[in-house]
Amino acid sequence: MAMAQPSLFDQVVDFASRADPYPLYAELRRTPVSRADDGSYVVSTYQEIVALLHDPRVSSDRRHRADYAEDEDEFVPGLPPSFIGLDPPDHDRVRRLLTRHFGPPHDPGRITSMTADMADIVADLIGHLAGRTSCDLVEDVTYPFPVTVICRLLGVPREDEPRFRVWADAIVSSIDPTTGDLAARKRRRLHAAADLASYFGELIDAGRDRPGNGMLAELVADDGPEGRLSRAELMSNSSLLLIAGHETTVNLISNGMLTLLRHPQVLQRLRRQPALSARLVEELLRYEPPVQFLPNRTALDDIEIAGTIIPRGGQITLVLAAGSRDPEHVPDPGCFDPDRPDNEHLGFGGGIHYCFGAPLARIEAQIALPELVRRLENLRLAADPPPYRPNPLLRGPAHLPVRFDRIAPAPATRSRDQRITEAAAPAGVRTPRYRTVPAIMLS
Amino acid sequence: MSPGCLPPLAATLRHDGFTGSLTLIGDEPYEPYDRPPLSKQVLDGWVPAQRTALPVPGDLDARWRLGVAATGLDLARKQVLLADGEEVAFDRLLIATGVRPRPWPDPAQAALDGVFVLDTRDDAARLQQRLAAGPRRVLVIGGGFIGSETASACRDLGLAVTVAERGPAPLAGALGRVIGAIAADMQRDHGVDLRCGVFVTALVGDSSGRLCSAELSDGSTLDADLAIVALGSQRNVEWLDGSGLAAGPWGVGCDSGSRAFTLDGMVTDDIFAAGDVARFPHPLYNYEFLALQHWGNAVAQAEIAAHNMISAQTDRWPHLAIPSFWSTQFDTEIKSVGVPSFADEVVITQGSAADRRFVAAYGHRGRVTAAVAFNQAKWLEFYQSLIERSAPFPPDFRGVDEPADRRPVPAGMPDRPIPGDQATVEVTGHNPGERRAALVRRRHRPGGRLPEQRRDGHGTAQSL
Repeated sequence: MAMAQPSLFDQVVDFASRADPYPLYAELRRTPVSRADDGSYVVSTYQEIVALLHDPRVSSDRRHRADYAEDEDEFVPGLPPSFIGLDPPDHDRVRRLLTRHFGPPHDPGRITSMTADMADIVADLIGHLAGRTSCDLVEDVTYPFPVTVICRLLGVPREDEPRFRVWADAIVSSIDPTTGDLAARKRRRLHAAADLASYFGELIDAGRDRPGNGMLAELVADDGPEGRLSRAELMSNSSLLLIAGHETTVNLISNGMLTLLRHPQVLQRLRRQPALSARLVEELLRYEPPVQFLPNRTALDDIEIAGTIIPRGGQITLVLAAGSRDPEHVPDPGCFDPDRPDNEHLGFGGGIHYCFGAPLARIEAQIALPELVRRLENLRLAADPPPYRPNPLLRGPAHLPVRFDRIAPAPATRSRDQRITEAAAPAGVRTPRYRTVPAIMLS
Repeated sequence: MSPGCLPPLAATLRHDGFTGSLTLIGDEPYEPYDRPPLSKQVLDGWVPAQRTALPVPGDLDARWRLGVAATGLDLARKQVLLADGEEVAFDRLLIATGVRPRPWPDPAQAALDGVFVLDTRDDAARLQQRLAAGPRRVLVIGGGFIGSETASACRDLGLAVTVAERGPAPLAGALGRVIGAIAADMQRDHGVDLRCGVFVTALVGDSSGRLCSAELSDGSTLDADLAIVALGSQRNVEWLDGSGLAAGPWGVGCDSGSRAFTLDGMVTDDIFAAGDVARFPHPLYNYEFLALQHWGNAVAQAEIAAHNMISAQTDRWPHLAIPSFWSTQFDTEIKSVGVPSFADEVVITQGSAADRRFVAAYGHRGRVTAAVAFNQAKWLEFYQSLIERSAPFPPDFRGVDEPADRRPVPAGMPDRPIPGDQATVEVTGHNPGERRAALVRRRHRPGGRLPEQRRDGHGTAQSL
């Protein structure tokens, strides 16, 4: 028998498709629920993805998978899964405890109080490019910026970056099916995850003796009505926050710059009109999302959807990037249009696992993109497509080589804080519009 | 007024290409504003009352007649009469006059300083000021959604508050006795002095006309210097008296395409009704006529009405949205899909009632008709799809966070009032071409007690 052609989803995963998976997504959508070569169910249309994101029969806990064995090396011994891999009520409890130190109602000013700092970090990184006419935007700006921000937010020493970068890279690449067979990848992930977790264990213990700043210190000393996370829970979840807190944002901003450079008229508009950044970032999340799909969901019951029955124990992959470009949901989906009204996208997922860091990622991109296009004069791509990172899930350029004429000076005043606040997604009272849209827009 | 209707109505008309003249009439002096915050963020001071304006598209090209009430409708001449004597001619009319709070029945007691109802943003602003001044004890009369949200805002402000609820539990009218009991625990845990099965018989003022106490039906007296009357709502239909439309205490009857009925039970072609004041048949609920006093219904129904107002007969749309509403109170987000009052049984399908984080599914004769979530709103889209498919009740699935006990229990819904009871009709004429129905107005008994049917407040549905 001849070798069967790989499934469409396996073709997406193939590195050859990394620069432009969107034609494959269009083919995938013709069969809303298809099968990958490993038997998992691949869902690629908007309505079906939204339905499964809100379906209590879908679990995020790998221990429910039909092929899960108790003795499998799925988790670091002694460490619980982070909340991204838990179901309610455990998921909800961890998320609530983390949210107490990240956003409203308990800590409404957490993100906004960091915006001035964020603007300074971006301005400094760009300032370092003075005198040059080319750079790698990833290495010089879009990677160091979110890393610095997440370190400050959590209270992780910035100078430890070379240490945790090794573990983060190993963990992220282990999600990538192209980097070896499952067993080998699991071993690598476990090893790196254990190292990263014990690094956080050290930080937590040090923080007990000498309380520092940031979320981690507050979580260690939390005295809320529901108590606090255990040391082990804190180790798993701070590992997650550190990695998810920058990997995705790096790609959001890199993808954003790449998209702007491919749409020079939009780039020029953003230069003139920095307040465009709020809508621009929403359209980026739809058009070039940093998280392309969610693997590792499991059916707890037989689920009939779009004429297919996903059996109990079946593994489900939700292809968010395909859903956000579903022509049944959004007109002219292949067009990058920051003026799109009612832009409901799957860029942050949806349901109870809706991206925890969404407000932070939004603000970071809303700050970095206008500043980059304003200060890098006559900016153009030096390579298109740029070289991509191998990962098909957390997709983005490995490098973004660009040329420019010169670096414009940083603004003399601090008025940009105010501008950024205005540009951010509406705060405070939600506008009525959002009450009628699917819960996906509500974090 | 249901101001929530107007922006979606007007925007849809213009978006769908209507270029003719558009007149928007409202008795309040303000452009449309958002009401839900009035019993929530406005009361505890988070949002100023005047910051509740609804976004109105800038290019509506509409004529606003604000601060003047409509006082009559002449169907034959197609004219709306205004309080200032003006007559506004129309080709198509949308009635969206909404509801107002049922007032305290004794006018002298209602006029005491310290007795409030919560309707407009001016009411909310005045009430917010009085709450901020720190009354010794607030009495909330009625434990429906408005009463409960108001009590919650009082507790957020650290005020002593008593809720007097005639029924067995707060929210029981909308959500039934079983879920109401959970709401009752929630209120007591938050320090509310909750008294169920009692009602207020009199509000008592001091010599200078200030509220000082209330007398309850159990014979007790309560010292209170501020009372909030939250006894449900009544519909703004008086201006339609004599118009020939099927308008009465039950609202304005219309078809699922928002076309109003005449008193004879015939559908009109140019008069439409939407929002809190409308009552329309919903196929999913045995074609019973529903009156939905929720924010989301006002928006969705206004969009349907707008479309139908400018569409040909064959291109009209039915209003088949699944009803939905939310409430925030006592650190809890309550959200509902479907019509919980249209149910005989309820079952907790996810989570834990003890933790006040759960989803409850409601069933009527073996099919799912509604679901209510306490702090678990993100699952409701799934339940909405069950309702849309008339899925069997109790729902039978394996899912996350399953409670140990998934046996349905009687929901404990109050008897559903029959609004048509309030209508007495005489039919006159002999020839088919002469037969006509006419409404005979019943007068309220003088000095009457509270009307029994007051379960139609915020967030509840009644059927005809």
